[in-house]
This record gives sequence, structure tokens and C-alpha cells, in this order.
Amino acid sequence: MSDVAAEPAPQQRPDDIKAVPVKHPLRWVMAVLVAVLAADAVWSAASNPRFQWGIFGDFFFDSRIFHGLQITLELTVLAMAIGILLGIVLAVMRLSPNPLISGGASFYVWIFRGTPVLVQILLWNYIGALYPEISLGVPFGGPDLVSVSANSLITPFVAGMLALGLNEGAYMAEIVRAGILSVDEGQGEASQALGMTRLQTMRRIVLPQAMRVIVPPTGNETISMLKTSSLVSVIALADLTYSAQLIYSTNYKTIQLLLVISVWYLIFTTILSVGQYYLERRFGRGSMRGQALTPLQRLRLTVFPRHEGGGAL
Amino acid sequence: MSTPMVLAEGVHKRFGRLEVLRGISLEVQPGQVMCMLGPSGSGKSTFLRCINHLEKIEAGRLSVDGELVGYRQEGDRLHELREADVVRKRAEIGMVFQRFNLFPHMTALQNVCEAPVQVRGVPREQARERGAELLARVGLGHRLSAYPSQLSGGQQQRVAIARALAMDPKLMLFDEPTSALDPELVGEVLDVMRGLAADGMTMIVVSHEIGFAREVADTMVFIDEGLVVESGPPEQVISAPQHERTRAFLSKVL
Repeated sequence: MSDVAAEPAPQQRPDDIKAVPVKHPLRWVMAVLVAVLAADAVWSAASNPRFQWGIFGDFFFDSRIFHGLQITLELTVLAMAIGILLGIVLAVMRLSPNPLISGGASFYVWIFRGTPVLVQILLWNYIGALYPEISLGVPFGGPDLVSVSANSLITPFVAGMLALGLNEGAYMAEIVRAGILSVDEGQGEASQALGMTRLQTMRRIVLPQAMRVIVPPTGNETISMLKTSSLVSVIALADLTYSAQLIYSTNYKTIQLLLVISVWYLIFTTILSVGQYYLERRFGRGSMRGQALTPLQRLRLTVFPRHEGGGAL
Repeated sequence: MSTPMVLAEGVHKRFGRLEVLRGISLEVQPGQVMCMLGPSGSGKSTFLRCINHLEKIEAGRLSVDGELVGYRQEGDRLHELREADVVRKRAEIGMVFQRFNLFPHMTALQNVCEAPVQVRGVPREQARERGAELLARVGLGHRLSAYPSQLSGGQQQRVAIARALAMDPKLMLFDEPTSALDPELVGEVLDVMRGLAADGMTMIVVSHEIGFAREVADTMVFIDEGLVVESGPPEQVISAPQHERTRAFLSKVL
């Protein structure tokens, strides 16, 4: 040690700083105020007999409500699947150097984003009026190869799914496009320099990185879709909302049933939000040096603090 | 002499109204290292990108290993190449960028394996073995599973070199490979490049590392305003520049 003169000697570590924390008296006042208001709201809802909470409980687990919930969830998943796939295809098309392809995609977005989704649902439902027979065959009225009646193919469920999915595709296209444009140009250049085709570059390099920008608004869209799907009640498709409407049209417990389905919607939007959080973490891989703990991990550390540091007694 | 690896004759390139290359002519023989020097905006990087088909040239002739870049000659007419052909030719030329451009969502090893697997169809297992070898060769055998964000600039650039080498290129292009690095990290990247040159790789290096050029390069060209102002053995260009512009530039760099 002593022969290396330039080596700085390790200094004695000073004691940890034990400062008096800043006080936040206003926070305490606010906390009390909020607690009082919240308690009052709960008390008012609980004590108001018109809420008829018993009926709420009766219908919360009603089989018709469950069936409606199932339809709503199926509709949301399928419409989002259509929307996401379509969105990716449209976004890639829109960035194509071929004006016919990019123009086609722009036209699609223009039509489907420019008309109300409620109108689109109705139009799909009445498609049978325009095309009683849906057939695959030679263009311009040539012979048909396959033919089905529109009413048997486009059931209310299919109409709702198509309308919601095709409409969502237009919005997803914009989200995906923004994601693709957010990826550094050098990435595409590097992969092209390695001999990858435009398609390989898109699939392997650009899209995975674009996901970081695409996932948050897509989660938002999914949550929005869960609720927007209630519009299919206009075509008498028994989703969660329409099931509740069917029940209260006979027993007139309107408010109670609307509260039942509101809570169900809330439960599933909450589940989706949690899913979104973990999905965002997954696609954040490699972008941060270390990821922040999840709330669950933080809770575990709070409850079992010994695990931290692996420690000294 | 054999077919030159790169042969440029009066290469022109324009971006809108701006003429970036105004008739570049030069020649690189197989196994040679050429260093390109010149002020920013002189067209050095654009020229490299032309060699790799990332930009299309508008006039002149540019060929790599005896084959035209970007075009195919039939009789006395030129035909533009299809994407498949362009891609095939690009795969034979390695390129290293100033800003590394590693794929941030992949580990070092995945970065190196990606192109051999996707482009050449090399079995994944074989690509991983080769990738690990190449990373070991650039001194990163211990960081195979690190993401680019966990590596220093110098380490990232060495991964980028390994990634380019994984395609067994016959020519390597370096676009200011050390300009984005902290001074103390420049050496490790230059060491790897020195090793490559010693192994007989044909290289074109755009760089302001005069010491490296003097030591490794066979020829040195000074480019300004889209033209080759001066070329020759590095010693001659550096120590006894013939042109006023070269002299003025070198006095600022040295």
C-alpha cells in the first residue's frame, strides 16, 4: 500500500445524515377533509333506502347478467383482436412507398374513423338489406362459388364484432403508426445494412420496439372497447348492458341493475389496467437499466422487510 | 491486379438541390484499408451509404467486387435492382455506425445472431455458438446476455462490429465509429479494428483518428464538398499535403 503514493487513502465515512423532515400540515388537513367526505358519501349511499341494496345483491350474480358479461367480454376480446391486427396491417400499409397501398389505408381510416361507431353497428346489422346473399365468385355478377344468406352469416353478434373491430382498426392504425415512427431511424438502417428485408426489419426490429409506444394507448383502447361494446344493445344483442335493460324493463329496478353492471364494468376495467401495467413492463425490457418494483413487490418488501439487503440482524 | 473490392468512377449523389457527391473516384483493393477524412458535410458518410445501397447514386459508376451497386447492366442499359437482389448484396457488406444502432430490445448475443438466422437461415444453435465466438473475439465473451443499455459506448460499438462480422462480410464500412465515444473508450474499439485489418479484412473507415489512419491505413483520401481532394499513402497525405484545403483541415484536426 505505502509504495503506491498516488492511491487516495480511504476516508472515514461520516455518520448518516439525520435531518428533521419537512412538515406538511396542509396534507393532514386535506386528509381529514377527504376522509370525512368519503365517509359521508358511503353513509348516504348505505342509509338511503331507495338504493335497495338487497336487490343489487340479488341481481349481481344473476345468470342473465353473467351471460351478458360473457358476451361483452367475448365481443371486447374479438373486436380488439381484429382491431389490433388490422391496425398493424394498415399502419404498415400507410408507411409504404407505394401510393396505391398507402392511399388505400388512408381511405380506410378516413371512412371508419369518420362515421359514428353506433351507425356502423346498425349498418352491419342491416347488411342483409343490401346484400341478401353473401357470395364468393367471379366479379361483376359472374357465377358464384359459395353463397350464404346474409342473415345467417351476419348474426347480431357477428355484426357487433365486425363493426367494433373494423372501427377499432382505424384507431389502432394511427396508434401503431405513431409507434413505428417513434423508433429511431438508425434501427431500420442497421437492420437493412445487415441484409434484412423491409418486412423482416419491420417484424423483428421496428415493431418490437414500437410496442413500448403502442401498448399504453392500446390498453386504453381495450378499456374503452369494453365499455363501447355496450352500444350493441341497439341491435338487441344481449351483452351486459342489454341484459340489464331486459331485466329492468320487466321489474323496473332500473337504478339497481345499472349499478350492478357499472360494478361489473369497473371490475373488468380494473383487471385490464393491471394487465396493461405488466404488459408495459414486459415491453420496457432493455430500455431501462433496472425496472422499478411492481406495487406487489413493494408491498411484499413492506410486509417482510427482512428480504431486503439479505441481512444483518 | 485483381478486381478492386470497391471501384468508384465519378459518383454523383443529390439530395433535392443539394449536390452531396460531385464525382467521387477511388479504388480499394481487396485486403486494403482506406481511411476517409474530411469536414462534416463533405459527403464521406453519404459515400459509404452509397456503397451499401442505402442511397442510390445518380451518375457515375460504383461497383463492389466487380458488381455494380444498385443497378444491373444489360447491353448498354442499366436496370434498377429488385429488393431481393439489393438485400443479398447488402448482406455481404458490413457496416458500423457512429451511433452503434444496436437493437435495444435484444441482448448482445441476440444482436449478433439476428441477421445470420433471419437472412442466411443459419440454425439458431449454430448462430449462437458463432455469435459467442465473435463476441469473445471483440473482448465481450463475458457480456453475452447484457442488453445494450447495460453496456458502455465502447462495448456497444464492439458488439456492433461483432454483429457486422457475423454475416462474414467481404467488406467492412465504418462510419465515424469512435466519434460518439468518450475519449478513454476509443482505444478499445480501435484495437478491434486494428485486429480486423491485420486479419486481412477490406475496410473503408471514415474517421478523424489520425493516429489510427497513419498506423493501419494503406491509403488515405481527403474529401471536401463531394470531391476527392487528395489521396495517397497516409504518411504522405498527413505529413506533406499537396492541397491548401487538406492542409487547413489537418491543422485543425492534428
